[in-house]
Amino acid sequence: MKINNVILQTVAKIVAFIILTLAVYLFLSGHNSPGGGFIGGLVLASALVLLFVVYDIEKVKNAIPVDFKKLAAFGAFLSVGTGFGSLLFGAPFLSQSFAYFDLPFFGKTELTTVTIFEAGVALVVVGVVVTIILSISEDV
Amino acid sequence: MSTLNIAIIFPFIAAIVIPFLYNKIRKLHIGWFAMLVSFVLFIYFARYVPRIANGETFANTINWIPSYGINFTAYLDGLSLILALLITGVGTLVILYSIFYLSSKESLGRFYTYLLFFMGAMLGVVLSDNIMVLYVFWELTSISSFLLIAFWYQRKRSRDGAKKSLLITVSGGFGMLIGFIMLYIMTGTWSIREIISMAGSFTDHALFIPAMLLLLLGAFTKSAQFPFHIWLPDAMEAPTPVSAYLHSATMVKAGIYLVARFTPIFGGESIWFWLVTGVGLLTLFWGSFSAVRQTDLKAMLAYSTVSQLGMIMSMFGIGSAALHFGNSTVSVVYTQATFAALFHLVNHSTFKGALFMVVGIVDHEVGTRDLRRLGGLVTLMPITFTIAMIGSFSMAGLPPFNGFLSKEMFFTAVLTIGEAGIFSLDTWGTLLPVIAWVASIFTFVYSMIIVFQTFFGPYKEERLEHPAHEPPVGMLIAPGILALLVIGIFFFPNVLGDYILTPAMMGIFPSLPAADLSVPISAWHGFRSMELWMTIGVIIFGFALYKTRKKWAFVYKLFPEKWSFNSFYSYSLEKLEEHSTTITNSYMTGYLRDYMVYIYLFFIVAIGGTIIYTGVYAFDISGNSSVSEFEWILVLVMIIAGISVLFAKSRLTAILLNSILGYGVATFFVIFRAPDLALTQIIVETVTTVLFLVAYYFLPEWKKEDVPRKSRNVNLIISISVGIVFTVIALTVQSGKLFESISGYFENSYELAGGKNIVNSILGDFRAFDTMLEVVVLLIAGIGVYSIIKLKAKKEDESVEDQ
Repeated sequence: MKINNVILQTVAKIVAFIILTLAVYLFLSGHNSPGGGFIGGLVLASALVLLFVVYDIEKVKNAIPVDFKKLAAFGAFLSVGTGFGSLLFGAPFLSQSFAYFDLPFFGKTELTTVTIFEAGVALVVVGVVVTIILSISEDV
Repeated sequence: MSTLNIAIIFPFIAAIVIPFLYNKIRKLHIGWFAMLVSFVLFIYFARYVPRIANGETFANTINWIPSYGINFTAYLDGLSLILALLITGVGTLVILYSIFYLSSKESLGRFYTYLLFFMGAMLGVVLSDNIMVLYVFWELTSISSFLLIAFWYQRKRSRDGAKKSLLITVSGGFGMLIGFIMLYIMTGTWSIREIISMAGSFTDHALFIPAMLLLLLGAFTKSAQFPFHIWLPDAMEAPTPVSAYLHSATMVKAGIYLVARFTPIFGGESIWFWLVTGVGLLTLFWGSFSAVRQTDLKAMLAYSTVSQLGMIMSMFGIGSAALHFGNSTVSVVYTQATFAALFHLVNHSTFKGALFMVVGIVDHEVGTRDLRRLGGLVTLMPITFTIAMIGSFSMAGLPPFNGFLSKEMFFTAVLTIGEAGIFSLDTWGTLLPVIAWVASIFTFVYSMIIVFQTFFGPYKEERLEHPAHEPPVGMLIAPGILALLVIGIFFFPNVLGDYILTPAMMGIFPSLPAADLSVPISAWHGFRSMELWMTIGVIIFGFALYKTRKKWAFVYKLFPEKWSFNSFYSYSLEKLEEHSTTITNSYMTGYLRDYMVYIYLFFIVAIGGTIIYTGVYAFDISGNSSVSEFEWILVLVMIIAGISVLFAKSRLTAILLNSILGYGVATFFVIFRAPDLALTQIIVETVTTVLFLVAYYFLPEWKKEDVPRKSRNVNLIISISVGIVFTVIALTVQSGKLFESISGYFENSYELAGGKNIVNSILGDFRAFDTMLEVVVLLIAGIGVYSIIKLKAKKEDESVEDQ
């Protein structure tokens, strides 16, 4: 099935960026306002899904040469890894920590280990959602 | 973090690194890296020897789950040290040997990953003080053993052997886990040291005997004791280095270690004494008796390992009697049996390791290990022959090899225990030396078979795969070192005794004075000693039986094959599969509708039943806030959408109506000020709609199903009941406060977790464990979908089971 939908493709080009930006924003803001790793990852995945729906799967795959299975596995590794990371500092498994730093340009910023954990969650969500949708849609 | 904990984790880290190294470095055999890891650990543990010999012990704790008292505590005392030295020392030699044994065409990355994985798990077993952690490592050794036995997974026999070993050892492990939990119930601690310090105070507890039996079940299955020994011969399908390492030197000693470790707790009890000694002696006899009839060299060694393990086990049983007498000089006499057990533990690892490697060499060089085809190799493989002779003669209990010393001590132990006058030994005590002696004769016979059948007699080159010649020098180094140890220990046994064995005795008998536990080992007991005459008897009778073995081979036919434990195992496995297939087929109809009915029926019965049984369905809505018009409209829309789904004519309509429900719920989240949930719900709804549309393509035509009126009515009742149960749950969850409120955490999330968003503080911090596991589950689900869809075996694909 050859898709040739100019309007949808043009719109999707711009919208995809907006969604991606939203995803990053949601991911980063999750600590203090609505958002977080799961939602951020899901929004990111939906942007990708939009691209897959509008363009060919092949085309998008060429543009984003990422193996989403590996991405998901890496995410899980990151999440579980942060759990073990806390052991290295003598804290119980999965203890999270946070501190405030004065960074140039950003001013007083809170840096947390939970962000790494959430990044892992986000990557798993993106990887798994895209993997599932791609494998079902490619199965002909 | 102490170096002891790192020493346990080190092999695991190395195991992770190996696949990457293997892909990068192709020129150098990856085994050298694994050997380096093992050797470094050996040196590390060897450095503890002087301090342990001084009576020091080392412990270090890393908190794992402190709220349950489960901590990763590494504890090193004399007993752990023996095992740790064996694991790393024999490990180094086995890896060295395997470098020459396995050709570079094999998937070496996998092999050494598993091997180091095993080494770490095994170190974990012997160095853990916390029994829960010990259990985890215990099962890890079973799993790595499974993977290593099935290393040549293309062969059916490898897979079957792996499955058998896993089934038997893991079931025993489960029993042991229950035993551990019982111990915890009795003592309130997971720490072995603390349990030992309480030993004796809980012997009257109702769970004391069950805990002991379950613990022994774990130990017996792991150490291949009768009747669980059947897995060990089948495990010989593994590559020979694995058999030498896991299935003779280390893993099968884990059960023995467990018995030794728990002797202070259960020792002195009559049941413990008789079970450990009795099963050990029975295994000793049965193993050596079965070994004689084997025609495969490796199978013969497997049965011989079974028998030797039984011998060590029985000595630990005899030694445990010492604790019956408490803190007196009488008891010291019986601790000698335990000393002999430890001594033989080390000796067995040296001579059996060497023998396994020799068999591997023979197999490798001439292509067969069938005794009927072998013969006359002595002139062609003189060095191999020398090592085989040293190993076999040591196993047979001949001087000047270390097996002689421990065999003599074994005879001493079975002779002295008859005089103890406890546990009704007056009646049965005389039987012990007899069984031990008869079993030793069989041991002598098969030891002779190994040497003489393989290396003497006519050389039949036409029956071999390759003409015989000496292996590369590298293959001879490891067995050579072990053979030197066999002789070295015979001449200087007390070095080993004083520095290694005596400290281990202190670990097993903490209540006895350390000075009495040291036993001088001597080769010569004088002409009047019974042990000497027993050994001479073994040699005479053994030689006679060896010469006439064809005449009495009919004895083995007295036991029909179908009465063996092996047939029992396969029979029960077969029946289990058969019956479970029948049961599964009876309800797995292939109709999604039926599966839904099962789920909902279970739901109604379990949840609805609980609600009625506990009587929580009374609820009060007077305190609820009023429902606004806007909310009424939303509810109405959702109800209409929900009902319309039933009457939808096309799939697309049904999907869209369904998503109205989802978005409606999202709107409710917005109204009730739950932005996180609303966001999630909206995106999930969007992505699922896409998923539906993708799957839509593959679905068959949507048509009315012809369902009989009766089942339609049943379905109606089920769906209404599900709806009622759900509504009642939603209303009643508010009604009672069963637990103390934990909202304090959430209110203070900014101080506790540095985040103002309490939802994410829960997800990422307070309940991060749940989130972590959910993420892993998600990943597994994704991989599952991918592999089911993508990796379907195509018709033209050849079967992987080629042998």
